[in-house]
Amino acid sequence: MTASHAASDASGADLALSSVTKRFGSFTAVDDLDLLVGRGQFFALLGPSGCGKTTTLRMVAGLEEPTAGRIDLAGKDITRLKPYKRPVNTVFQNYALFPHLNIFENVAFGLRRRGVKDVKGQVQDMLDLVELSSYGGRRPGQLSGGQQQRVALARALINRPQVLLLDEPLGALDLKLRRQMQIELKRIQTEVGITFIHVTHDQEEAMTMADTIAVMNEGVIEQMGGPTELYDNPATTFVSNFLGQSNLVAGEVLGQSGHELVVAVEGSKLGVPMDRARSTSGAVWVGVRPEKVFLAASGTETEDNDNVLRGAVVTDVSFIGVSTQYLVRMPWSQELTVFEQNTGARESFRPGDAVDLHWMAAHTFVLDAAQDAHAGDETYDADLAPAGAGT
Amino acid sequence: MTALQRTGRWIGDHVVLFMAAVVLLYMFLPIFFVVLMSFNDPVSRLAYEFDAFTLDNWLNPCSAAGMCDSVVKSLQIGFLATFGATVLGTLVAFALVRHRFRGRSATSLLIFLPMATPEVVMGSSLLALFTTAGLAGSLGFWSILIAHIMFCLSFVVVTVKARLAGLDSRYEQAAMDLYANEWQTFWRVTFPLVFPGILAAALLSFSLSFDDFIVTNFNHGNTITFPMFVWGSAQRGIPPQVNVIGTMMFLLALLLVIGSGAVNRRRAR
Repeated sequence: MTASHAASDASGADLALSSVTKRFGSFTAVDDLDLLVGRGQFFALLGPSGCGKTTTLRMVAGLEEPTAGRIDLAGKDITRLKPYKRPVNTVFQNYALFPHLNIFENVAFGLRRRGVKDVKGQVQDMLDLVELSSYGGRRPGQLSGGQQQRVALARALINRPQVLLLDEPLGALDLKLRRQMQIELKRIQTEVGITFIHVTHDQEEAMTMADTIAVMNEGVIEQMGGPTELYDNPATTFVSNFLGQSNLVAGEVLGQSGHELVVAVEGSKLGVPMDRARSTSGAVWVGVRPEKVFLAASGTETEDNDNVLRGAVVTDVSFIGVSTQYLVRMPWSQELTVFEQNTGARESFRPGDAVDLHWMAAHTFVLDAAQDAHAGDETYDADLAPAGAGT
Repeated sequence: MTALQRTGRWIGDHVVLFMAAVVLLYMFLPIFFVVLMSFNDPVSRLAYEFDAFTLDNWLNPCSAAGMCDSVVKSLQIGFLATFGATVLGTLVAFALVRHRFRGRSATSLLIFLPMATPEVVMGSSLLALFTTAGLAGSLGFWSILIAHIMFCLSFVVVTVKARLAGLDSRYEQAAMDLYANEWQTFWRVTFPLVFPGILAAALLSFSLSFDDFIVTNFNHGNTITFPMFVWGSAQRGIPPQVNVIGTMMFLLALLLVIGSGAVNRRRAR
């Protein structure tokens, strides 16, 4: 990304947060955070509410001052700089459009404060970009949520900031409009080449749009990387559950064989590629994504290098259209989830059918057993789950 | 359906409307009477009933001796008191909403006290205060003004505070984010957004000051405001021109309401 936008020099710059901490009284919102966002990146800060992602964003905007640490933008220390002295603009949650100004004046606000000439032409260009050319004379209250969102974006973008901050910008929109705006935002970002930092709790939104995602939880970054990397190779149970769904079963490392780690799970031996093992000894969680798992009638022969767990019973089948979601009960009474594409190649199983689970060893990952298997699982309710379960 | 049922149904359907009409009539009858009496040509000074129609009162409102002077005095005091109370009260409201300081909640509570104190008590104790301060001989325009600013202040603080408390601080954050410094943020965003509250407070102050009788009565010295004039002339028969002033005030208020409604509608379009 850095290279592709190097030509348009002032359009983006490296943003670096070093050991940034923010405390509110005794509550630590952001804890010793290090973050580097490359120029021109679409960067997502993903996490549940209260994880410190918005506080992090506000510190970059200058609306909160870090308790400790420093923030640099393009090599310049901006930690204690006033918000209006930073080449950074924000698209606020619920937009915060000025209700007493019309759309044109809302978009022109930043230019006028900096005494820029040719306000009219620039505002018109920006309104064209967000496809609201004829709305300049209206007031924010007369626009729909989606239109207000685009005005908020135009109002920030017109200033050509080095970094654009987006605080849950699509949170107030309905699902269909949200999907549409995700594509729109991504298009605009590619077009203007400005660094975008997008705060969201919607994992799908983060994965659709961002080049790099930092998953935040309780004030720290759990893992950072591209969407595929985070999804396929989660580093913590939190990431494995918050980003999509995971089956985590308890295992014990037996040893290493070639490039594989061998783990014993309830009498079966499972292989895991070494580069996907976050822990290489003792008790571990062995994980696999539900859509990577295949179901076969009990006793079916499987490929040599497949991982197999036998003796499961189908307990629930839900048909979703493109796929079927199975809940299967393992012999050790843990329930696992399997998503199967409805290719029509085989009749679906029915509740009560005895099945075996198999999947490619390369799709397995191993996590440290010291972590809570349900961290980040928003659907999990400890009171309702059977004892010892680790879906 | 019988005729009786139909009548019953009709009454059922219209009873709320009927009640509303009665209440409105109850409210507007006195005002209507003020308007009516402004066209009265009384046979004697002490006449309180409508005798004959005339336009004289409207053509020569100042023909009643001393009345127009008292109106001018009331307007002067009203504008000055409104200005003083609105400026001070707005500052107090900002301090109470935007700053955390020791005794903040106590101050908020104390601000209510002048509103809760009976006016008679406040008026008489103000007189005692002025007298103690050795100002008994110089009561007049300035003592009235000081008293009016004092009791308008609470109303301004309460009104502006309500508006300010409902103001989302994100607007100001957005302004700062868009390169407006503290000064610009205040004048470009905060003030325009709080302005309706300030305006409402100012209008309230003016109307409170303009028709204040009780507090003024204690502290006016020899200065005659419009309410004092009306009170004084009531002993000798109220001149019909008083009703002209009353009607004018009523029409002015009506115009303000209609005008602000029109502005709001235009903004909403």
